[in-house]
Amino acid sequence: MLTLGIEASGRSAGAALLRDGRLLSEYSLNVGLTHSETLLPLIEALLKASGVSLSDLDLIAVSAGPGSFTGLRIGAATAKGLALPGGIPLLPVSTLEGLMQNVSEFPGYVHPILDARRSQVYTASYLHGEKVLPEEAVSIESLLKKIRSFPGKQLFLGDGVFPYRELLSECLGEKLVLASPANLLQRASSIAILGERNFSLAKSAEKFRLHYVRKPQAEREREAKGLRDYDLLGEKRGGETKDRLLPRNYPIDSGGYEN
Amino acid sequence: MGEKREIRILGIETSCDETAAAVTKNGREVLSNVISSQIAVHTEYGGVVPEIASRKHLEKIDEVIELSLSEAGLDFSSLDAVAVTSGPGLVGALLVGVSEAKALAYAIGKPLVAVHHIAGHIAANYIENPDLRPPFVCLVVSGGHTELVLVRDYGSFEILGQSRDDAAGEAFDKVARAVGLGYPGGPKVDRAAEGGDPEAIRFPRGEVSGNPYDFSFSGLKSAVLNYINRAKMTGEEISVPDLCASFQASVSEALVSRAIRLCRERKCESLAIAGGVASNSALRKRVEAECLENGIRFYRPSPVLCTDNAAMIACAGYYEYLSGRRDGASLNACPNLPLGALCPKRGREEGQGR
Repeated sequence: MLTLGIEASGRSAGAALLRDGRLLSEYSLNVGLTHSETLLPLIEALLKASGVSLSDLDLIAVSAGPGSFTGLRIGAATAKGLALPGGIPLLPVSTLEGLMQNVSEFPGYVHPILDARRSQVYTASYLHGEKVLPEEAVSIESLLKKIRSFPGKQLFLGDGVFPYRELLSECLGEKLVLASPANLLQRASSIAILGERNFSLAKSAEKFRLHYVRKPQAEREREAKGLRDYDLLGEKRGGETKDRLLPRNYPIDSGGYEN
Repeated sequence: MGEKREIRILGIETSCDETAAAVTKNGREVLSNVISSQIAVHTEYGGVVPEIASRKHLEKIDEVIELSLSEAGLDFSSLDAVAVTSGPGLVGALLVGVSEAKALAYAIGKPLVAVHHIAGHIAANYIENPDLRPPFVCLVVSGGHTELVLVRDYGSFEILGQSRDDAAGEAFDKVARAVGLGYPGGPKVDRAAEGGDPEAIRFPRGEVSGNPYDFSFSGLKSAVLNYINRAKMTGEEISVPDLCASFQASVSEALVSRAIRLCRERKCESLAIAGGVASNSALRKRVEAECLENGIRFYRPSPVLCTDNAAMIACAGYYEYLSGRRDGASLNACPNLPLGALCPKRGREEGQGR
């Protein structure tokens, strides 16, 4: 079984090929260029150097969040475009679980933390590969409070380590372990490994969804105010359709969907 | 050399709040024109929310592409190229279409062609007007653009006038909000103006100094808002149909007078209109009447081709394809792409929400 792993949730763009549990190849770039400039050229080069064509792939596994909204979408849209014509199955893989996979042989608690801005991190906690705290966006202080009673070494990794390294060291002292630079950030190979393991959960391109964890700001603000559209516009809400975004074909003599 | 080959182009458009895909044959024949409109979603917020638009594009884009092919009765292998809007627009929204289109073109081994969104709007005129060929003048009016363009040739443009402040479509949205019509402003003002007297209120015509082809709509917008506030303070009742009709008359006159003047000065025999506001009925009537009076041929797309769609992108993409344009795997989205320009290489990602 041949799996392409794609990782674009953070600052580096990466792709990896995994054949039956063995890593064939992995490319990663973190050179200040945008993912839209680097990701597809990198995937093309990876496939070419590995002597693999798209039609050989059994699965494309994509880092599906949480992370940079734009980065996640570039990764997902690229994966969907690659998968759509040949009907290659697509699998969303948790970015945090991918990070955990970087250090899968670590015997204690693993805490991936990704900088979520607004003084929060995206995080989840794992022990022996099992999730013990759910994925959420919380302050580092709140995470530290939750794990206070966790015994033994606590391993932290992810780009959240950069701003909070000192605070973690102060609070955890001897218990703190930081991942080495090679394992510290998101890696496409980890996404491919988890993808291959969960192959049976793969979906078609149109059913693939990202897991942002956070809602868009405008949606959060509106919910906080308890407002609905008819409150904002003084209009009565029309009958809810099943899918408000349902695509339709508009032949050229149809006069337009405003009518 | 043999019979003429048919060129089929898949167009993809995600620059704002419509996820669209379409297939054209030889540029001007539309085989399918599929749109997933997000209007119902953004209406809840009174305008387009970029992050929500980007998320919805990603959810719908594959379904939209597949439907555009099945409606055209084609599969991926019968396409000759993929055309995609690379700018201008909302960067996060553009990136979904650009990333998907690039990967798709690579996967099917066909060329990728980047299309400027406004070049697409202009090309919408070719679809129903087989006789329209450059050169002609095009008045582009939408939510984000107000431009007077001399179309010298396919893919060759000269912008001779533009708005110094708000786009015409923005003025529609703001007026609609002020009189409680809501979003999207264009069609709502148009409908509200039915039966109104366009001469009831005299609003300014947006005169600007310097370039005689430039526009200004912020003064007009302020005049409408002042009128509403004054009426509220004096307890005077506002006739919404009269106000909307008068506002539309002012916008139309500002737009049409400059477009006609440009046609006459450049001795251009054809005038086309394009963009979302080009579906406004008052504007269409006005341009048509003045073109008739001045012996200028008038072209306009059907309303469904005025608002954002991918048929226009596939049409413009066809002419770019013929001219030899090919874009690569590193194509980026360009939120501020000027008409007729190539996207600058190497840019930092904008709008990196987390």
